[in-house]
Amino acid sequence: MKPVQTAIAGLGFTPYYKRGRSDPQTLEELVGKAILSACDDAGLSARSIDGFAYFAGGFDTGLLCETLGIEEVRFSASLTGTGGGSAGCIGLAALAVASGQAHTVVCVGANQQGAQRFGAITASYAPSPENSFFAPAGLVGPAHLFALLARRHMHLYGTTRADFAAVALTMREHALTHPDATQRKPLSMAEYLAAPMIADPHGRYDCCLENDGAVAVIVTTRERARDLRQPAVPILASCHGGAGDWGRSIYWMNMPDEVFASSGHAMVAQRLYEQAGLGPRDIDVAQIYDHFTSQVIMQLEDYGFCPRGEGGAFVRSGAIRHQGGSLPVNTDGGQLSGGYVWGMTHVREAVEQMRGSAANQVVGARTVLVTGGPSVLPVSGLILGRD
Amino acid sequence: MSVAKPPPYDLFRLATNVWTEPYWQAAARGELVVPECSACGHARMPPTPFCPRCHSQALRWVTLSGEASVYSYTVVGHAIMPGMEQHLPYVPAVVVPDDQPAVRLVTNLVGMPLSALRVGLPVRLVWHYTDEGVGLTQFVLREPPAS
Repeated sequence: MKPVQTAIAGLGFTPYYKRGRSDPQTLEELVGKAILSACDDAGLSARSIDGFAYFAGGFDTGLLCETLGIEEVRFSASLTGTGGGSAGCIGLAALAVASGQAHTVVCVGANQQGAQRFGAITASYAPSPENSFFAPAGLVGPAHLFALLARRHMHLYGTTRADFAAVALTMREHALTHPDATQRKPLSMAEYLAAPMIADPHGRYDCCLENDGAVAVIVTTRERARDLRQPAVPILASCHGGAGDWGRSIYWMNMPDEVFASSGHAMVAQRLYEQAGLGPRDIDVAQIYDHFTSQVIMQLEDYGFCPRGEGGAFVRSGAIRHQGGSLPVNTDGGQLSGGYVWGMTHVREAVEQMRGSAANQVVGARTVLVTGGPSVLPVSGLILGRD
Repeated sequence: MSVAKPPPYDLFRLATNVWTEPYWQAAARGELVVPECSACGHARMPPTPFCPRCHSQALRWVTLSGEASVYSYTVVGHAIMPGMEQHLPYVPAVVVPDDQPAVRLVTNLVGMPLSALRVGLPVRLVWHYTDEGVGLTQFVLREPPAS
């Protein structure tokens, strides 16, 4: 028997708000709005959702059922870890659908940063025995932690801030022509260099935005998706995990020397390509989790678009540009210049690229790669195609 | 010339468990210790209940000299939350102890000009004590900067 094929049938999202500006809406309200809009997009009633697949702990399924009048829940699960699972939660939903556990599974991600900005989220963690080994150093946020990996990459491979800038400036260029991107003013190299240094080598423009918002997608069988309102977007592969010795990565800093200056995605990348029967050369467009410019470079290396250590030259060559690039990356402006919803904006843009309805459409694109946030295990990836 | 300051220690609250307590007890008396597996010799940080190599729970605490080299670092130059301002610039770093290169420590480089910072820099340990007597590692230049 052929395995059941799965697809994304619905896509919904709220506006991307500046941090704190989604008030007085509640987080559950943003989640509900994204789910309802995804169901509407697919031509389904939200009451017929029978599964929930999350990442980073997810949301309260019981409360969502009360709120949305869901008839029956047959699947409710979350990937562990943090933003690493944003792409992989689609795979979790696909597993539920392919195994027959559930038929209409929603994946949703959302954040609201009015009370706690993600930029300083590390300092807000409750003291723990493990964190006590890095917290005294003043590593108050992800930009600070990932700066240690970025510095090491510079040391090993000669990567420079000009390479990081190429990522930031390219994302901004893409945002300029995307109607939902929050950053719509051109960014010059002079402005990039003059910005405050958050944690050297990460300046302000090397760090992603901090937004409020929610994005949801509906996963069902490919066959059923074909009968719904939108073009079916087949899930060609999705998996999560990573090498065990990546561990808690930035919170540990004892990863093997050979992979310290990486994104920790290499094994997920390999498995993802195997699942899809594709390789890096077959990927037409990529939505690479861009919490930091340096980590875009390291993911491009881990996903085999260039050899390790050559990511800087790769991005500087213009390869990642929508206009004329061999691998357009983050065609919506990414999290650096478009909007930040914990990786789910990348899923949104991937779906739109495969439907052929993206604002910055890559003409003829038939495959798109989405990555989850480099962080603690598990990290994850996703490849979508065209029906 | 900008000099690396100590980080905002006021933001830190220590939590321990039975496996990490010996590290902090040693730190309080000015000793840098790391656990090595007494079955296979594998060193690990932070201390955890099992040796990831052989799964033994037996360990011995080995005192290190405090001589180390810089593996990576970052200069924090901008306050993104209250309580950081007066501590800028400070320099979180990962260092490798000379006498136990199998582990890395997350710490701070202090008292040195920012212009001296580089990967591979030889540094040595000095202790900082909080008002509660918690010992925190800092690393300073092993040799005075060339004039």
